[in-house]
Amino acid sequence: MDEPAAKSGPLNILIADDSDSDRLILKTLLRRLGHHVLDAANGHEAVALFGSGKPDIVLLDALMPAMDGMETAREIKRLAGERLVPLIFITSLSEAEDLARCLEAGGDGFLSKPYNRVMIEAKINAFNRMRLMHQALSDQRDLMHERNRQLLEEQHVARRVFDNVAHTGCLDAPNIRYHASPLSVFSGDVLFASPRPAGGMLVFTGDFTGHGLPAAIGAMPVAEIFYGMASKGFDGSDILREINQKLVRILPKDMFCCGAMVEADFGQNQLKVWNGGLPDGWLVRSRTERFSVPSRYLPLGILNADQFNAEMETIRALPGDRLLLMTDGVLECSNEEGQLFGEKGVRLAFENVASGRHPFDTLLNGIQRFTGRQKFGDDLTLCCLEMVDQVGLTALPDGAAPSTLAGPAEWRCVYEIRDRTLGEFSPLPLLLHICMEVPGLRRKSGEIYTLLSELYNNALEHGVLELPSEWKYTPEGFGRYYSERATRLGRVNGHYIRFSFHHEPMQWGGRLGVVCEDSGQGFDFHNHPVLQSTEMEQSGPRYAGRGLVLLKRLAESIRFHEQGSRVEIVYDWYF
Amino acid sequence: MPIQTRRSHDGQTLIIKIEGRFDFSTHQAFRDAYEHGGKDIRGYVVDLSEATYLDSSALGMLLLLRDYGGGDNAIIAIENCNNDVRKILTISNFEQLFTIR
Repeated sequence: MDEPAAKSGPLNILIADDSDSDRLILKTLLRRLGHHVLDAANGHEAVALFGSGKPDIVLLDALMPAMDGMETAREIKRLAGERLVPLIFITSLSEAEDLARCLEAGGDGFLSKPYNRVMIEAKINAFNRMRLMHQALSDQRDLMHERNRQLLEEQHVARRVFDNVAHTGCLDAPNIRYHASPLSVFSGDVLFASPRPAGGMLVFTGDFTGHGLPAAIGAMPVAEIFYGMASKGFDGSDILREINQKLVRILPKDMFCCGAMVEADFGQNQLKVWNGGLPDGWLVRSRTERFSVPSRYLPLGILNADQFNAEMETIRALPGDRLLLMTDGVLECSNEEGQLFGEKGVRLAFENVASGRHPFDTLLNGIQRFTGRQKFGDDLTLCCLEMVDQVGLTALPDGAAPSTLAGPAEWRCVYEIRDRTLGEFSPLPLLLHICMEVPGLRRKSGEIYTLLSELYNNALEHGVLELPSEWKYTPEGFGRYYSERATRLGRVNGHYIRFSFHHEPMQWGGRLGVVCEDSGQGFDFHNHPVLQSTEMEQSGPRYAGRGLVLLKRLAESIRFHEQGSRVEIVYDWYF
Repeated sequence: MPIQTRRSHDGQTLIIKIEGRFDFSTHQAFRDAYEHGGKDIRGYVVDLSEATYLDSSALGMLLLLRDYGGGDNAIIAIENCNNDVRKILTISNFEQLFTIR
């Protein structure tokens, strides 16, 4: 900003001098220079005129009776507050001590008597420049304050929207414990949890790069993808692929999201996990048995769709086993000496656990002891998922209110997948979607999905792949089952699974017929213990048996043909 | 200077050395280093022998360098990491994108 070197425009100048003649001379001099003058005969008048007249510059006689110059100066400076009003002492004093006292009282400079027109003009211009510069700085500072306040307010609003998105779903389920960053910190961490239509849960923990708004913005589309797909029955791998693709597209090249996905299947006692960039997860089976889940993949939002690997690791997990996930905020907790909690801290916390204590509490206590602070949790996200019995979990509530859209009442549909597609693609979300077009079935998405899922898994694993389900129920057999499954899926040839749907309206609601056929050998259903017995209780871990019990309970009727490789189900719904 | 650059003997590799903390504050200097590194650069080496700390914004900067250097075809090596730095690169599985020595 260019300071005008020449004379300033007319200023308001306050002068105070107890000598009438001196005062008159000065007043005239200043008027001739083009300024407006307020004159006071003593300190009290000067203060009063300062308040009413709001001058730009003050010229003050140092020695005055009653309220003397120093006192007046202090009072005027106090009234001026933050504004810079240059205050120039007029004095014939020459002792350094006296001059110093003037400056300490608030004076900015001196003018000596007798008056020198050139000197006065020069000083007034100089001090005016100073005044203008100070004013400009103050204005800019105020502008910055206001802008900053607006930004903070916007961030606060954004944070509330973010919170409705970032820590949601079924995080309050009885088998989940979690700690997430409080409202005051925008850390870019997210934690999502959703029940799946056929039972089980999906949990996603994420840590976006950076802090504040840019970090949080990526969370919105990810939340939508996660919850949308989870409710439709998609599995963890499908959701990971979709999230990755979205982030690659919308985030700048240097931004990404470290994340972990967990798919819990309580009915089959297994967990599937994927960790890309987060610290080790921990599966705690008992006090001594712990199993780490390290990061094996690049974070989300970096690799293109064709390079991205969404393969999840399958781990056997029984009721009571607990899986802990954390973001790096946990490792970066520091104590007073500046040491970090780190992986060492996590291990130590687990080793010191008292038997029977929940690992979540153990870890939080460990962090608290290490940091020595009550309020340490500002920037860390920790989540613990406990495996439970399928029966013990409350089911997904029957869906949304019926839509106002009319849907198809009478229709048929056949969908068949063959060969390699059998291993690579689950048709369940699509088939569910087709059924959900019927308004009366929308409330029943959980039951329909469960039905389709049981039919499909039966057909695939027992029909096409011919895998004995008993293998899954021993620790040794578990690994064998899944590796054999992968092998046999690779060899599938000439096999198919076909779904045929038929829906018709009824007086009381509607009837959905589902036929599932597979190319496998089938099983001997005439002598099947479950299908013959009237008891629902299962004594042994026969998945096929358990699945069929479920079908019997959900469907109106169930019939087996052709050695069980063709199953017909009728499902009725009522208004 | 937190960032120093030099060329290899054959002039085809740009060596970028980072001192101290490799974090958001190094962003502009790092970009200037590779964007104005000169012509006919075939590959890059990021020398972390004197880097004390690496955070996620540094990982982001490495990704930007990789994109600048040709994406999947870029030849970039990260050298002389201390244990802490190495650990961060390992958790993020960056050895899938960069040669780390």
